[in-house]
Amino acid sequence: MAIEPGQAVDLSGAMVLAPATPADWLVVGPVAIPIVTGAILLMVRHETRLHAGLAVAGLLAALLCNIGLLARVLDQGPLVMTMGRWLPPFGISFAADALGASLALVATLVAVVCALFATADIGAVGRRYGFYPFMMLMMAGVGGSFLTGDIFNLYVWFEVFLISSFGLLVLGSQHKQLDGATKYAILNLVGTTLFLTATALLYGTFGTLNMADIARKADGLRENAPLTTLAVLYLLAFGMKAAAFPVNFWLPASYHTPRIVTAALFGGVLTKVGVYALLRTLVMLFPPELELLSGLIAWVAAATMVIGIMGALAQTDLRRVLGFVVISGVGVMLAGLALGTSEGLAGTVFYAFHSMIVMTALYLLAGVMNGLGGSYSLSKLSGLYASNPLVAAFALLLMLAAAGLPPASGLWPKVMLVRASLDSGQPWLAFAILATGFLTTLALGRVFILTIWRPRVVAGPETPASPYLGYVALAVLSLPVVVMGLYPDPVISVAERAASAILDAPAYIGTVFPEGAAQ
Amino acid sequence: METILAATVAVFFAVSIYLMLSKHIIRILLGVAIFSNAVNLTIFTAGRVVREVPPIIPEGLDTPDRITANPLPQALILTAIVISFSIFAFLLVLAFRAYQELGTDDTDGMRVAEPEGEALPPLGY
Repeated sequence: MAIEPGQAVDLSGAMVLAPATPADWLVVGPVAIPIVTGAILLMVRHETRLHAGLAVAGLLAALLCNIGLLARVLDQGPLVMTMGRWLPPFGISFAADALGASLALVATLVAVVCALFATADIGAVGRRYGFYPFMMLMMAGVGGSFLTGDIFNLYVWFEVFLISSFGLLVLGSQHKQLDGATKYAILNLVGTTLFLTATALLYGTFGTLNMADIARKADGLRENAPLTTLAVLYLLAFGMKAAAFPVNFWLPASYHTPRIVTAALFGGVLTKVGVYALLRTLVMLFPPELELLSGLIAWVAAATMVIGIMGALAQTDLRRVLGFVVISGVGVMLAGLALGTSEGLAGTVFYAFHSMIVMTALYLLAGVMNGLGGSYSLSKLSGLYASNPLVAAFALLLMLAAAGLPPASGLWPKVMLVRASLDSGQPWLAFAILATGFLTTLALGRVFILTIWRPRVVAGPETPASPYLGYVALAVLSLPVVVMGLYPDPVISVAERAASAILDAPAYIGTVFPEGAAQ
Repeated sequence: METILAATVAVFFAVSIYLMLSKHIIRILLGVAIFSNAVNLTIFTAGRVVREVPPIIPEGLDTPDRITANPLPQALILTAIVISFSIFAFLLVLAFRAYQELGTDDTDGMRVAEPEGEALPPLGY
């Protein structure tokens, strides 16, 4: 069709012409609401009194949006919105499937609790230096990572939450923080740059960045393109973000240095974004390469969980114990990725829900214990059962959860993962998961004995911090831990839907490209 | 042209990895800067390098009639440059502050967050 000079070009074939429906707004809401709230918080940065209320309100709105999104995705399948009205693969798509939507929901829930806890933990100075704006922008980055359907856009969201996390990490500028933040910042920047390297090579190979488009073109290119190289680069880059052994040493060097609520948010949310990105790229885009790498990933998973928890056994500082528990949880999640079966991946997803909530709760618990006992050191913190039995109750529940013992939520994902390893003929991986559970019981049991049961050895602070807001935060997080432990069926079914969403690439491709999915 | 650029990228990656293996923060930072430039050049090369051919589709055709450079990677590089530049600026300030406060840029000496010779945790009570 020749186009005369001056004639308007008909672009209707390349554009989304239907107006955006309310459901479309659900997809961008979990990202747009935190960004807008963050911008408002920057505008009112001098009015530190308003910060906490605005941040909690913004995160609650994002939480509602996430609930609506997950309900809609579970009801009617993945939901796609393409930016700028250009049809995919030209416009950048946001594609929410059960995996992304459910993880975004749990992450936002955790962030709401952290924002609430921070009202007491972060004083006027911290707010003045921008705690809440950084937190909102970080949650926007995390939500964007979970919901985007474009791999370069995923890189941009990674950088968004990375640079916000730098801001949170150095808030306070203590010597320890500068030391920890230097190591965290450099190693994480190298990790995301590796991610960008892999994406550059991927674009050179595929000529597209839309994940659904990559998934449907991969089979045709497998013969003569170095897809295994790409898969290995993604494994290394996201393994670094997820803190998998042997590229995990930035985590215990930095996660104990910032304010406890920052550590809680990081420990709960950030490593799981790395695990999510591994699931998304390896399971959905490169399944044959994942099969090739599964032996390696299984060893990495086993080493991460066992070495992680052994690190926890050797620590004196309560927060560093928790940092190593986070690492060993990442190993358990990687076990499901190594198996690659539907049940294994469902176990990984369930464990990610559980780990986000429990690790955040454990860090917040450490903050409450520090407020009451005046120290994070296991050689000083003591006698909490005598003074605050409620803290002991929360500690017992959360430590049982982290160790994977009933009645808390850690039991079921481990059952699923152990069964999946036995079904795939890898009993040693099942043994590693069970041994890690045993060692976690030892490591956290020791913390419980020393800090809670042991009679007070060092006098605590003269005026202990009021723990009531901490109790509220811990109660809000303990509720899902107990409910998921006692009635796991709904969560298991969500996790199974999430696993099938990434295993069934054609269905995902079909929602991004309604016509032409068969190409 | 692509061959020369590919060789340059290889040299950049080698130099940056060598620098990042150093113990001194300032060398690591130089390595990081070269590393992100190596990646930018990789993206640039991945989009074909063709001189003086505008990526314009002539009248009456659906695709360009000659091989042209893909403009998308150049947009990606712009994004990546902005991001890596701003993060690098942050890292420089952070490293300088760490050097001022800790008195060293040797990573072996930066043991404030993870002190050496920490007492073992109590074995019981």
